Amino acid sequence: MTGTWLIRGARLLGGDPADVLVRDGLVAEIGPGLDEPGAGRLDAGGLILLPGLVDLHTHLREPGREDAETVASGTAAAALGGFTTVHAMANTEPVADTAGVVEQVWRLGREAGRCDVQPVGAVTAGLEGSRLAELGAMADSAARVRVFSDDGRCVHDAVLMRRALEYVRAFGGVIAQHAQEPRLTAGAQVNEGEMSGRLGLTGWPAVAEEAIIARDCLLAAHVGSALHVCHVSTAGSVEIIRWAKSKGWQVTAEVTPHHLLLTEALASDYDPVFKVNPPLRTAEDAAALRAGLADGTIDCVATDHAPHPLEDKETEWEVAAFGMTGLETALRVVHEAVVEPGLLDWAGVADRMSARPAAIGRLSGHGRVAPGEPANLVLYDPAPREAVDPTAQASKSRNTPFAGLVLPGRVVATFLRGRPTVLDGKLAW
Amino acid sequence: MNRHLISAGDLSLADALLILDTADELASMAERPVKKLPTLRGRTVVNLFYEDSTRTRISFEAAAKRLSADVINFSAKGSSVAKGESLKDTALTLEAMGADAVVIRHGASGAPHRLAGWVQGSVVNAGDGAHEHPTQALLDAFTMRRRLGRLDGLRVTIVGDVLHSRVARSNVLLLSTLGAEVTLVAPPTLLPVAVGGWPCSVGYDLDAALPKADVVMMLRVQQERMNAAYFPTVREYSRRYGLDAARMALLPEHAIVMHPGPMNRGVEIAAEVADSVRSTIVEQVANGVSVRMAVLYLLLSGPAQQGGQR
Amino acid sequence: MAHAADEAGRDQRPGGSPARMVLEPAEIRRALTRIAHEILERTSGAGDVVLLGIPTRGVPLAHRLAERLEQVEGHPVPAGSLDITMYRDDLRLRPARALGHTEVPTAGIDDKIVVLVDDVLYSGRTVRAALDALGDIGRPRAVQLAVLIDRGHRELPIRPDYVGKNLPTSQREIVRVLLTEVDGEDAVLLGTRQEGS
Repeated sequence: MTGTWLIRGARLLGGDPADVLVRDGLVAEIGPGLDEPGAGRLDAGGLILLPGLVDLHTHLREPGREDAETVASGTAAAALGGFTTVHAMANTEPVADTAGVVEQVWRLGREAGRCDVQPVGAVTAGLEGSRLAELGAMADSAARVRVFSDDGRCVHDAVLMRRALEYVRAFGGVIAQHAQEPRLTAGAQVNEGEMSGRLGLTGWPAVAEEAIIARDCLLAAHVGSALHVCHVSTAGSVEIIRWAKSKGWQVTAEVTPHHLLLTEALASDYDPVFKVNPPLRTAEDAAALRAGLADGTIDCVATDHAPHPLEDKETEWEVAAFGMTGLETALRVVHEAVVEPGLLDWAGVADRMSARPAAIGRLSGHGRVAPGEPANLVLYDPAPREAVDPTAQASKSRNTPFAGLVLPGRVVATFLRGRPTVLDGKLAW
Repeated sequence: MNRHLISAGDLSLADALLILDTADELASMAERPVKKLPTLRGRTVVNLFYEDSTRTRISFEAAAKRLSADVINFSAKGSSVAKGESLKDTALTLEAMGADAVVIRHGASGAPHRLAGWVQGSVVNAGDGAHEHPTQALLDAFTMRRRLGRLDGLRVTIVGDVLHSRVARSNVLLLSTLGAEVTLVAPPTLLPVAVGGWPCSVGYDLDAALPKADVVMMLRVQQERMNAAYFPTVREYSRRYGLDAARMALLPEHAIVMHPGPMNRGVEIAAEVADSVRSTIVEQVANGVSVRMAVLYLLLSGPAQQGGQR
Repeated sequence: MAHAADEAGRDQRPGGSPARMVLEPAEIRRALTRIAHEILERTSGAGDVVLLGIPTRGVPLAHRLAERLEQVEGHPVPAGSLDITMYRDDLRLRPARALGHTEVPTAGIDDKIVVLVDDVLYSGRTVRAALDALGDIGRPRAVQLAVLIDRGHRELPIRPDYVGKNLPTSQREIVRVLLTEVDGEDAVLLGTRQEGS
């Protein structure tokens, strides 16, 4: 692949068309009527140019569950979705709670070379919630971990959460909490409300998320630390975060594409493809999440890409695994959920899906398209409308809730530090 | 009628009355010397019971056999199911065997829905988790109609652990379709959060509800619920929500007492109530066979369905 | 059920093809009276006779016959109904049908002469099903068949013992029997099957 690319006529952040010159891994120049002999040419007429997307919440499953996904397949899916960095969550087997495991995941990402993999370190050893993992060692490792999360589980012990929040200040880290009070959600299957009553499934009450978020915002304020809230799913959670931010506290939050678009009504046929943690909620919740993303209360979109093999999803609901894939559909779903209705423009999408997650992840080199910045870019065609086909995806797993749903848009090209990982909607190698 | 019977909510008023009227005719068959009809000869009905329930399984078996269908029993213990075979693989095996109908009882809500996507035959829900038990509701309605002569405007009070009860869910749906007025009585902890949206009224005071009830249906309460703090002690539950002889005297003279079984004598229902003349507990069993015969007849006659669509 | 009749005596039924009345109320009355007398003759006084009408219209016919038998002989003759839906041989061909009512008189049918009563005899399959149904209820000494109309086109070796009227028809024609107890009037109509009906 040549190191020099001339992207012509792209709408930068959805604005007026411009040409972008990529050279030696950087954005060299942006302007009208650029030319560069010998450069690879990409005609981007009508395409939106965004900074490469940054996912704060992905499950790559390696090590341990390579039947569901590997770093290689997951990063291929990420690139096809327009991502140039993904944060790989720590609930692997073994758990990523040591420098050794996080460095292994980081290296696998570099070797695959399609997308930067930034490992997330566990907060507690083994995700068991009883004592802190070696957060410092992970921060100092080659993986340079800054985001720590027990995602999959909640750090429910208030003292432990306080200690974790305090401890990571030493190296500018942030704790990302999966907010789920465990006793209130024992055996929970679906949102607690109309659906749980009708379907005869144990409910997952909104208060179990909101109570933890409220507590953690107060804790973070008290000790002066940064808190990031994973996969916000309820209207009440949005309100609590809005309140915390109004106090000037260092609270950030993410929402998944599926929570922006889908609701609990989809569970009515007991198809476990719609089973996820936190569960799909009501239409009112989804509307509040969209509004929260639009006004910036929710800082970013994070996929919580959770691949599962068929045998863990083709079962009775109660027995099925929680989780949905999302890397390859994220941008299209965000387009449908907040751009089409006019809640957010493309500059806003760039902010929520690249700039802010890069900032929260304390990443440099991602999140901006500007001369001198590494050329991490995605070119997106907003025009087509097509049904999602799970069999055409690069992820090893097929558990997408959007199967068969007609969504707008198509990722045309993705560049990772000036090198195309995706061209014409397909992996470049 | 639909190809499957999975939820009582799937039945229109016309469907429900058709089943009850058909069961009425079939009930008289029980007095004949030859208790067999050739109607489902050559059809295969599979009983797929993941939960132990001899009573329900035998009821479906008798119903199928009285219609001359072939019956195959799969019970969870000692089968490939016990060895961890998935529901899907079991379904594919049944398909290969050519089951015309699968009667499924399963501990997971929604298992019949999943099964319906994997088999061509009819799926009859014999109880799935806490979700529904439509043939129970049908035999309950049948029993009420036989004893009291009507269903429209009948005042039915259902008492007990509604939150975990598939019988309660199916009964609320079916009885409201049939025009009855349903009241649920339970401690607040045993009522679903969104019960306000159900087609029934709700109360916490059993004594207040009894004088206005034509039918009282007692639900079984599991002692284990005490350990999850749904109620403090069995004694307190029984005192506040148990139907004893004193409470039975509060009922209107014509009122009947029902229980889907099995009973916890002394917890939700006193022995003398269970054995009283108002109690329909024994005839509910006989009625179960007639109702299940009606369901199997109505689902299985007619041309075989093409394709796996529902 | 009032309806208009044109000059040719053809009845216009809503939604149906023009139908011709082939048996008027008085003729039906006389046919039933004659059948009743024939029953009395052949069973030597109907002492052991049980009339079973096949729903729907066989049932009022059975009751009318029972009335006439009682008028003449002075003792009641048991009459009831026998629904044969569950014994049909075409259950797999059509969606499930609602059941008619079966009521066997308390005296039962063992060692009795059962006279099955139906409005129209056509292929004979209904009667075949009725014979199977009877066999599961008891063991009659004999089974006889009384029908108001025999329209021919038998598909099984079944023959009636008592016939109100023999009505040769083509397969494209429909025979419709109306009885006051069910339809508000007495008549037998003959019409042509609509294309596609």
